[in-house]
Amino acid sequence: MPTHEHLRLILEYLWIIPLLPLLGSAVNGLLGAKWPNKFVTGVALGSTGLSFACALEAVREFFADGQASFRKEFFDWIIAGNFRAGFDLQLDQLTVVMVLVVTGVGFLIHIYATGYMAHEGGYYRFFSYLNLFMFFMLILVLAANFVLLFVGWEGVGLCSYLLIGFYFLKKSAADAGKKAFIVNRIGDFGFMLGMFLLFRAFGSLDFQTVFAKAATWQPDAMGQFGTLTIACLLLFMGATGKSAQLPLYVWLPDAMEGPTPVSALIHAATMVTAGVYVVARSHVLFTHAPTAMYVVAIVGCATAIFAATIGMVQPDIKKVLAYSTVSQLGYMFLACGVGAFGAGIFHLMTHSFFKALLFLSAGSVIHAMGGEQDMWHMGGLASKIKVTFVCMLFGTIAITGFAPFAGFFSKDAILFAAYQSENSGKALYGIGLLAAIFTSFYMFRLVWLTFGGEKRYDEHHVHVHESPGSMTVPLMILALLSLVGGWFAAPALGNGPNYFADFLAPVFGNAEAPSSHTHSLELTLSIVAVLAAALGLIVAWRMYSGKVSRGTSTGLHKILYNKYYVDELYQATIVGPLVWLSRNIFWKVVDVGMIDGSVDGIAHGTEAVGDTVRHTQSGNVRSYAVWVIIGAIVILAIIFWPLWRPAFFVATSGGVR
Amino acid sequence: MVPTNYYLILSAILFGLGIVGFVFKRNIITLFMAIELMLNAVNLAFVAFSQSLGKPDGEVFVLFVIVVAAAEAAVGLGIIILTARNRRSLNVERVDLLKL
Repeated sequence: MPTHEHLRLILEYLWIIPLLPLLGSAVNGLLGAKWPNKFVTGVALGSTGLSFACALEAVREFFADGQASFRKEFFDWIIAGNFRAGFDLQLDQLTVVMVLVVTGVGFLIHIYATGYMAHEGGYYRFFSYLNLFMFFMLILVLAANFVLLFVGWEGVGLCSYLLIGFYFLKKSAADAGKKAFIVNRIGDFGFMLGMFLLFRAFGSLDFQTVFAKAATWQPDAMGQFGTLTIACLLLFMGATGKSAQLPLYVWLPDAMEGPTPVSALIHAATMVTAGVYVVARSHVLFTHAPTAMYVVAIVGCATAIFAATIGMVQPDIKKVLAYSTVSQLGYMFLACGVGAFGAGIFHLMTHSFFKALLFLSAGSVIHAMGGEQDMWHMGGLASKIKVTFVCMLFGTIAITGFAPFAGFFSKDAILFAAYQSENSGKALYGIGLLAAIFTSFYMFRLVWLTFGGEKRYDEHHVHVHESPGSMTVPLMILALLSLVGGWFAAPALGNGPNYFADFLAPVFGNAEAPSSHTHSLELTLSIVAVLAAALGLIVAWRMYSGKVSRGTSTGLHKILYNKYYVDELYQATIVGPLVWLSRNIFWKVVDVGMIDGSVDGIAHGTEAVGDTVRHTQSGNVRSYAVWVIIGAIVILAIIFWPLWRPAFFVATSGGVR
Repeated sequence: MVPTNYYLILSAILFGLGIVGFVFKRNIITLFMAIELMLNAVNLAFVAFSQSLGKPDGEVFVLFVIVVAAAEAAVGLGIIILTARNRRSLNVERVDLLKL
């Protein structure tokens, strides 16, 4: 093909997509401190915008190439024996979705952040971190082997830490950052063990090699813990940490200490979905390990309902959204666990639209309220900040799953797949549906408490104002995406094709359950799901539309309000004993007693020896000479030992030769 | 011709005298002379071996030693003069300021 070279303008230089945000981060981080904000804004938006443009061009070329999976090894990174980890990037259908979500939503959130952060200190630092995050996230989704993916995986963890603790003078923010980092370490430990196991089994960590070899393996039986099952469970352990699933979800609600754009970008739209991405990317492994799949489905389902119940009673607008995120991530894992990877990725995409929208709208509310986050101190805002209200409403309708908004299609696909699953599918479906009711309830509760009813704040102190255009325009774009984002799957309801699932089919292959002859069932389940959402809406309306007050917390409400006391449980069973052990054993015995003791002991011993031996240093020149002579004699005796040894042993009287 | 052994024995005796003088005498100038005596004993051994092996290496070495000894004498005598001026004494046992 003569035009072949021309076709792959960006594709052959795929590294440019992650490199641009890295450059932006470096420039802002190194030079931005002395620059006016508009320069910093220009660099940050320029780098991410260009990155988005490059991603679009790469995707266009990908389609022009007939959607052939693209993979290129740019350079060798680690070579040890027969192990190779290279800077290899790939672009297939799954990556296309992820890259567009990361760069597209990321760019919108960058624009929003220029407005939201305009009056904050450390403006350049914020954008440097945010761009760095984009770099690592793009590495994560573009990587063509586990090692490079892990680089991105750890990198986004670092940026998450830095951005949660952005207001580092605030102790709660610094603590939340540490908590996120440490909890993620637990998951990453499992992830690394999983990688080691895969290397042992397949002799490589390259996606192509591993998945090709794994595909030829005999799948483990249900309940059998073979190599693949254990490797998958370990990888999933990493995913529970990064994607905030039970039992490692505890860091995500605390992560709301970070600025709201960070919550939207990292802790809702992109980073926390990395676990889902890894599970979907490793679908070949997971489909060969039904036990691991079952665990994924159960954990996802349990997290979905668990977080949804907590979200129903939280007073903090961002905390509600945080638990909502945990819950929605549970849905994605539920989808992966029942083999509907395409549906999981579909929900990942739509969720990134509407959850980013919800967080940014919440940020706009907080901005309007001058920093207030407690919903009991809001109310009646609908008429004052109309744009934010409409956008928030769009996001709410999308997440609760009313047709024709995005969440309807993706959540419907997940529940449908769960219903069809052979392993306790009905139970998973039932719990998922219950979680959907709860989702609808807490979201409409949020809307009514914030925008409806009468105002519960002091108008003399709070000057409510609509946010600037840099914040509302991204909101409107995301609101539009939340509306249309699910329409790829719309024809499927009317017996037509599901364009999204068909697009991903080359990646997931046979993993996708064929949904023939079940359209009437799917349609029925969709109606049930909408009715469930409507039920949540009605309950929330009855409870919160009128005159409301905080009230006292008792019984079940109190347990939910205190998040099932999970943090207290962890404090008592893990953190507390660990602190005790560290203080009383590792510090006072091991460190002070053994380590300091041995070091001090060596010092004291040396001092004592020196004290004794220093008397040989008399300062008298001739005594030194005597030592020299004694030394010379000893050396000569050793040199001539072979000569006088016979005389020594035979001991004859005439020793002179 | 005088056998090499004789030279070596003479050299050993002179070196021994130098050591004994260096260790047991107290006058710095005597110590200095003892060092010179040891150097020259070594020089004697060098030339004796040079003669016996028929190679010029030993003689070259001796020239070097003489040069070094001359330099050393210049420095050493300077130190001795300074010591004598500062301490009003040539007793080596009183030059022990570096002692702990």
